[in-house]
Amino acid sequence: MTKKLLLSLLSGALFAIGLVVSGMTQTSKVIGFLNLGGIVNPQRFGAWDASLVFVMGGALLVTMFAYAITPRAGKKPWAHTAFELPTRTDIDAKLLVGAALFGIGWGLAGYCPGPALASVMVGGRDVLVFVAALLVGLLAAKRLGL
Amino acid sequence: MNLLSNITPLHPFVQASLGGLLIGLASWLLLASLGRVAGISGIAAGALSPAKGAAAEETAWRWAFLVGLVGMGAVTTSYMHVPVIAARPYTLLVIAGLLVGFGTVLGSGCTSGHGVCGIGRRSVRSLVATLVFMGAGIATVTATVFIASLATNTPTGA
Repeated sequence: MTKKLLLSLLSGALFAIGLVVSGMTQTSKVIGFLNLGGIVNPQRFGAWDASLVFVMGGALLVTMFAYAITPRAGKKPWAHTAFELPTRTDIDAKLLVGAALFGIGWGLAGYCPGPALASVMVGGRDVLVFVAALLVGLLAAKRLGL
Repeated sequence: MNLLSNITPLHPFVQASLGGLLIGLASWLLLASLGRVAGISGIAAGALSPAKGAAAEETAWRWAFLVGLVGMGAVTTSYMHVPVIAARPYTLLVIAGLLVGFGTVLGSGCTSGHGVCGIGRRSVRSLVATLVFMGAGIATVTATVFIASLATNTPTGA
């Protein structure tokens, strides 16, 4: 149990360092990436920020490799009885509508859940309000059994 | 001013890539140690609203992850002097937060669970979700910036 909690804590901490170093807790960078109009017409839209491409690239470089070699049949994780990875492969309306709603919220404020939580204690008023609303939305969806 | 650029001035893209690698390594650590996907929205939902009959340990590891994320996020942000963003309207932040919270539960994941881990697992479901939320985000920002540019009648940036 202790080992499990410590490793989980460490993973969360490392994740946070990655988010802050990458610049993803700065909403201007995220919105700057989603601002694809900036590629076509920087005069009207302002510059496009390619940072997020490098963040995703760096992260996927590791996870593509990790998921290819780590979960093996007959092998256990260091601190748990089995790998418990998602098994669903269906693409249903919930997935599409949920992703679309999330994307709209992400575009409006420039925060997705990780960066918002990583900066919630020191990011000022904006992120506090955002995280409070995020938790309400999350609990509402859970309450509705979604 | 910040740790990395004190050593040598790093191009923002180099810093973005380094941060991305760390995010990937953190996800690998959770996979190798607990056998789980590092999806922040799923971890937060599981901590705050555990499934019926979930073992205490199942809730506890999620809280531990969140403590690490929030705590080290605060430490790193302070250490690197990340600028605090300008105050935006409450209405915008509340609507955005509700959409992100509700949408990530409904769509079973966010940028980390679907984007970083899901695509890493070569899950088509996660790839589709990632394309949809990126598309929706791009459409939202493009529309917002375009409307703002019309309203002010001067070119504006994001």
